[in-house]
Amino acid sequence: MATEAHGAEEGGLVFHPMDQFIVKPLLGGDAVHWYTITNVTLWLFLAVIAVVVLLVVGTSRRAVVPSRSQSIGELAYGFVYKMVEDVAGKDAVGFFPYIMTLFMFIVCANFLGLIPMSFTTTSHFAVTVVLALLVFVTVTVLGFVKNGTKFLGLFWVSSAPLALRPILAVIELISYFVRPVSHSIRLAGNVMAGHAVIKVFAGFAAIAVISPVSVLAITAMYGLEVLVSFIQAYVFTILTCVYLKDALHPSH
Amino acid sequence: MATETTEAAAGHGADAAASAPGMPQLDFSNWGNQIFWLLVTLVVIYFVLSRIALPRIAAVLAERQGTITNDLAKAEELKRQAVEAEEAYNQALADARAEAQNIIAEAKAEITAELADATAKADAEIAAKAAESEKAIAEIRASAMENVVIVAKDTAAEIVSALGGKADAKTIDAAVAERTKG
Repeated sequence: MATEAHGAEEGGLVFHPMDQFIVKPLLGGDAVHWYTITNVTLWLFLAVIAVVVLLVVGTSRRAVVPSRSQSIGELAYGFVYKMVEDVAGKDAVGFFPYIMTLFMFIVCANFLGLIPMSFTTTSHFAVTVVLALLVFVTVTVLGFVKNGTKFLGLFWVSSAPLALRPILAVIELISYFVRPVSHSIRLAGNVMAGHAVIKVFAGFAAIAVISPVSVLAITAMYGLEVLVSFIQAYVFTILTCVYLKDALHPSH
Repeated sequence: MATETTEAAAGHGADAAASAPGMPQLDFSNWGNQIFWLLVTLVVIYFVLSRIALPRIAAVLAERQGTITNDLAKAEELKRQAVEAEEAYNQALADARAEAQNIIAEAKAEITAELADATAKADAEIAAKAAESEKAIAEIRASAMENVVIVAKDTAAEIVSALGGKADAKTIDAAVAERTKG
């Protein structure tokens, strides 16, 4: 074991922190067509199963005094519902199922990604960019449908001095279009970085002397990742609510 | 773990090995696949949530809220009843106390009246008896005075005769009347 590690050390430590993110077909073959069932498909499917188990199977008894699983479902419901109501306003309650979908998917995908040897779907920009663009498009279309051209008032800071307003409008416009970028990169970046760091520490564990430290570091990182998994889902959801509020009430 | 994934990647073909040093996230050749399956996932979750899970949880929460409200109302009602019962009890107690006071006052008045009656009767009796006694005493005194006068006359006639004088009845009567007048 030790000689093996030293052998690896001689050829340089073997770090492949990004290999865990490789998309590969599950049912053989090399080509990844749009319909191919890959590890992404599997873990997306497991996320759906997790959501169904939490919110449908868990609440199937409809008990007035809830069981534990029903409590979790109700807790998630209350958490997101209150967020939508408080941040986006009462008239945004119609978007609650949509926001709940985003939150439950991200939370479940993040936590499933923490299972060792699993594939983390939310670490891929392909996934988070789609999520962020869905929010961006929804918010933009909704803003124009609800407010017409008044939605452009979002970029025209009427409380600022007139001379500053064009400059502020440019800044606001840029920041508006940067939203989906930061929205998606924040989630994927956090998740990816944490998983990659764990893998790097795992690579160091090949050296017998360092391995205890490495295991400790992995444990600590794992704890941090559990936190990040929830917080990033929360951040993504609350930002969605904030953007939604901008679309419904564009005045500053 | 690391070697296992390396093997998997190695056995995966040249393109995967080539992409290994970079970020698999930026391998745009499989974005279509990921986006397709993600959209499927989101649509499925959305329908499961909006058709089944969320209405069910909302119903459960509403039912619980209703139950709690009902129970609170019931508790309020019971509390009101308890307060009412206490009030009735206090009222009954106050009534009983007032009645007792009345009875006591009545009894006292009755006793006082009886006492006054008895006292008056006794007073009257005493007064009657006293008057009778006084009358008797006056009679006795009157008869005594008469007796005194008779005795005095007899005595005076005797004394006068004993002294050798002769006294007629008229003079003696006048003298006794004069002396006993005072």
